[in-house]
Amino acid sequence: MEEKIFKSLMIMSLALVLVMLAGIIVITVYKGAPALTLSMLIETPKGGYYLGKEGGIANAIVGSLFLALGASFCSILIAIPVAFGLQKEYTGWRFASFTKLVLDVLWGIPSIVYGAFGFVVMVYFGLRASLLGGIIVLTLLMLPIMVRSMEEVIRTIPLELKEISYALGTTKLETTFSVVLRQALPGIVTAVLLAFGRGIGDAASILFTAGYTDYIPQSLFDPVASLPLAVFFQIGTPIPEVQERAYASALVLLIIVLLVSIISRLLSYRFSKHIVR
Amino acid sequence: MDARRFKDSFSTISIRFSLVFVNAIAFTIAVILFIKAKPILAKTTLSHLLFSSSWHPMRGDFGFFPFIIGTLEVTAIAMILAVPVCLLSAIYLSEYAHKRFRAFVRLVVDILAGIPSVIYGLCGVIAVVPLVRLLGQSLGSPTTGYSLLAGGIILAIMVAPVIISVALEVFRTIPQAARENSLALGITTWEMIKHVILRSSLHGIIAAVVLGFARAFGETIAVLMVVGNVAKVPLSLFDPAYPLPALIANNYGEMMSIPLYDSALMFSALLLMLVVGGFSLGAHLTLLKIERRGYT
Repeated sequence: MEEKIFKSLMIMSLALVLVMLAGIIVITVYKGAPALTLSMLIETPKGGYYLGKEGGIANAIVGSLFLALGASFCSILIAIPVAFGLQKEYTGWRFASFTKLVLDVLWGIPSIVYGAFGFVVMVYFGLRASLLGGIIVLTLLMLPIMVRSMEEVIRTIPLELKEISYALGTTKLETTFSVVLRQALPGIVTAVLLAFGRGIGDAASILFTAGYTDYIPQSLFDPVASLPLAVFFQIGTPIPEVQERAYASALVLLIIVLLVSIISRLLSYRFSKHIVR
Repeated sequence: MDARRFKDSFSTISIRFSLVFVNAIAFTIAVILFIKAKPILAKTTLSHLLFSSSWHPMRGDFGFFPFIIGTLEVTAIAMILAVPVCLLSAIYLSEYAHKRFRAFVRLVVDILAGIPSVIYGLCGVIAVVPLVRLLGQSLGSPTTGYSLLAGGIILAIMVAPVIISVALEVFRTIPQAARENSLALGITTWEMIKHVILRSSLHGIIAAVVLGFARAFGETIAVLMVVGNVAKVPLSLFDPAYPLPALIANNYGEMMSIPLYDSALMFSALLLMLVVGGFSLGAHLTLLKIERRGYT
């Protein structure tokens, strides 16, 4: 009897969670799809855009891609050596676990804290809100995600494989490149895409550091628009046409994030064909 | 030294350097926020900052109490709504669900955890706020809908993926043999869950809840969009609140023009970092212990 009650409670809970989460996607698509037109995607805002006149969100789409791609690139440069460095050939167990713990905590730090930190540093160096500032802050945000996900995969590589390689007289670097990198490649790709998805959707960290503009940035020191902030600013206005655009921007953002997430799963499935287990 | 050796030792040095660099980032963030928060700490006492409700930035009077209470209340509502539902779901997935269904839900939950918070906020504005307004009217407390409750509901939905996936992970580290042993003694699955699964994973469950709490505590944009942002201590579920992250996000524009304002905001950022960092440190240490136990 007790079991029956609890089991039905569990099924109801799970159904509730799935319905709520599906609701998020359904609402975004339902509201965003009618507002999404071709001119929304390829035009930048024109005069009177924020009063409901002509224009689109191309500035935000391009800006978000610039920010997330730039930050992914910077994060990869730092994350790969760190993830490899956490192997026991390079670091003692104690320091490696300490670093992992620090990264776990960094992963949990609210993005608004990164934003505030980035803002303070930029003010110190006299840097205005710009593409560069946004990229730096997003790099800080994405780095822990990337390293932790890469390390999870690198850790699962069978020790025997590495030992075989070492027995052939290779150096640490050679084994890392020809065995570990090969084996971990699907995981590394997944990690990069996971971090990319987080980075492109984050609003609080770039609120101070990337600024917002109606134009597509021409240099690293120009302010840059982004999709999350486009949603945030446009939903805040009382004009219904502009709110429609917030829905459309949210749909574009959702599509990008879901695509990245699905692609990463497909890629990791494809790449893992040649992995020794 | 030949070229191979040289390359190897060069790469080893740079890899070690990168490890130190990553650790340095964490400490730099904390130290710089602390340095920036120092002027306000020098001028007012910590207890005044934390427990005073008078918020007058122009007069240099910064009492964070309404904001701290706002953050705590909105997080508490989210946890009350999310924790029972998520734990029940995780137990079902771990103990009753078919393997394939479990993998499917895990996939869905993973994907949904990656949805940007601004989209959760948008859905809150579209769906939750009007609902809360209706509810408030029918309960006799008129509200705009932008309230503590709306923020709590949205946060509850946002932390659900975190709590479910961590709890599920914890349940799965319990060896299958433990389940089989107790079932072989003739008890039902539910009795096995109560006496074996829940008892042995208590710490892990707490860690899952704490990680959900940490996520909710620092969430900015989604809460900011639905919570109303009025700097008063909220007295009912239908009152607007003003959590700390929203305070920082809304005021960075003015903070450079009013003396000490930037320091006060950096103090709140430091507070957020310390609270969230502390809680997630504890949770991760617990999970680490569980993971090690799983290997033996």
